[in-house]
Amino acid sequence: MAKSNKPIVWSLFAAGGTLAAFLAPALVLLFLLAALGHAPTLLQYSQLHAFAAHWFGKLFLLGVIALFLWHAAHRLRVTLHDFGLRQDAAVAVIVYVIAAAGTVMSVLFLSRI
Amino acid sequence: MSRRPYVREVSKTRWYFRHPRYLRYMSREITCIFIGAFALLLLCALGRLADGQAAYESFLAALQGPWGTFGLLVVLIFAVHNATSWFNVAPKAMPVQIGEDFLPGKFIVIAHYAVWIVVSLAVLFFAGAL
Amino acid sequence: MNARIVELDVLRYDPEADSEPHFQRYVVPCAEEWVVLDALNAIKESIDPTLNYRWSCHMAVCGSCGMMINGEPKLSCHAFLRDYDGVIRVEPLANFPIERDLITVADDFIDKLKRVKPYLIPARDKPIPEGEYKQTPAQLMKYRQFSMCINCMLCYAACPEYSLQPLFLGPAAIALAHRYNLDSRDGGRDERQEVIASNTGVWECSFVGACSEVCPKAVDPAAALQQVKVASTIDWFKERLLPGSGK
Repeated sequence: MAKSNKPIVWSLFAAGGTLAAFLAPALVLLFLLAALGHAPTLLQYSQLHAFAAHWFGKLFLLGVIALFLWHAAHRLRVTLHDFGLRQDAAVAVIVYVIAAAGTVMSVLFLSRI
Repeated sequence: MSRRPYVREVSKTRWYFRHPRYLRYMSREITCIFIGAFALLLLCALGRLADGQAAYESFLAALQGPWGTFGLLVVLIFAVHNATSWFNVAPKAMPVQIGEDFLPGKFIVIAHYAVWIVVSLAVLFFAGAL
Repeated sequence: MNARIVELDVLRYDPEADSEPHFQRYVVPCAEEWVVLDALNAIKESIDPTLNYRWSCHMAVCGSCGMMINGEPKLSCHAFLRDYDGVIRVEPLANFPIERDLITVADDFIDKLKRVKPYLIPARDKPIPEGEYKQTPAQLMKYRQFSMCINCMLCYAACPEYSLQPLFLGPAAIALAHRYNLDSRDGGRDERQEVIASNTGVWECSFVGACSEVCPKAVDPAAALQQVKVASTIDWFKERLLPGSGK
């Protein structure tokens, strides 16, 4: 019985989950404020653009988007299995491809800012 | 004496209705749908940001209204549920042995909540929401 | 002294006569302080000697009497009648085939337990003249909690991943592997990792935590499994990123 390669996706899941646990509520709140018509300063175009233009902002946005996506991808794979969808291999490919695509798109978008 | 073991079937799609602890587990797991959705929202925002001021501002405008507000509220609830369920089990994966004894889990949990509050306030402050 | 009349719905199954299990209602005079096991013994003694079930110590240390009581995995010697209202439903432990009445086929668990090598594997041969293995209290405490497992299989009955994937090694086997991995006298971690770090080993676990909730000895197998995941992940990266770590 060979040792599994799950650690690679599990470490992304764990890192993303930890980051999401600490950061997601505050970040969601920022967008909720925007939805209520009181967008915080950082979400104004000029401020957010300046943030994303800075190396720290790029790192932060890439890290958050990528890790949230990989966390959600792996957890969704497990959850769909729990809901009775047993085609694990197919589900795994789909969710990880989406996470990878999202990661690549983040890099592309950030490179244009 | 003949043996004929009987295997009791368990529903693969409805097993979690059999006990509240399984429903609690599923509620924790489905937070990933909302974390993922929020990540995709951030990706959208980033894309619009790269497209210029008009594109980004129409994105922000699209968020306003009942759908955006309600949707983000639901995401917020699940994001908080993810955070609390994550912090509450954190000690299990990281036992801290000091001498013969282990640090009681509750200190690790409290430390996580404390950091969560500090980080959240820092984010809100830095974003100009406070 | 009969303090209470208790009604039990017990799942019966006779492999030679029944096509499937069925409930049988028993009405048993019981004492105030009795546990479900006492009620079963009273049934067998005075009402229905054909009832079959496992038990031994009657004090929650042997792990023999695990069964589902009102749908919850419990040791029948540890389930007090005073905690239950109405008709008490007694069934064999979930997720295991029924052999007869309340007796399950435990072979799958025993096989898995053997595969994780739940015994000390010394790093090198230590001849007797060299003396005993010494262990400090701190080294003992490192694994002690996980050594309290009585192999009662309640955790397997509670684990939904085991019910969905019968190949899953399961909570107790992996927690016991972890117990030996943490033991300072042991040198067999690499051998055990081959078994527990596989896809049907710890990676089938999704941290439901039901195992720890039902464990009668507070072993906390869920914690053991998360610690195994962390250790296995660190191994995985070390093997690929650090030269000379390959085994």
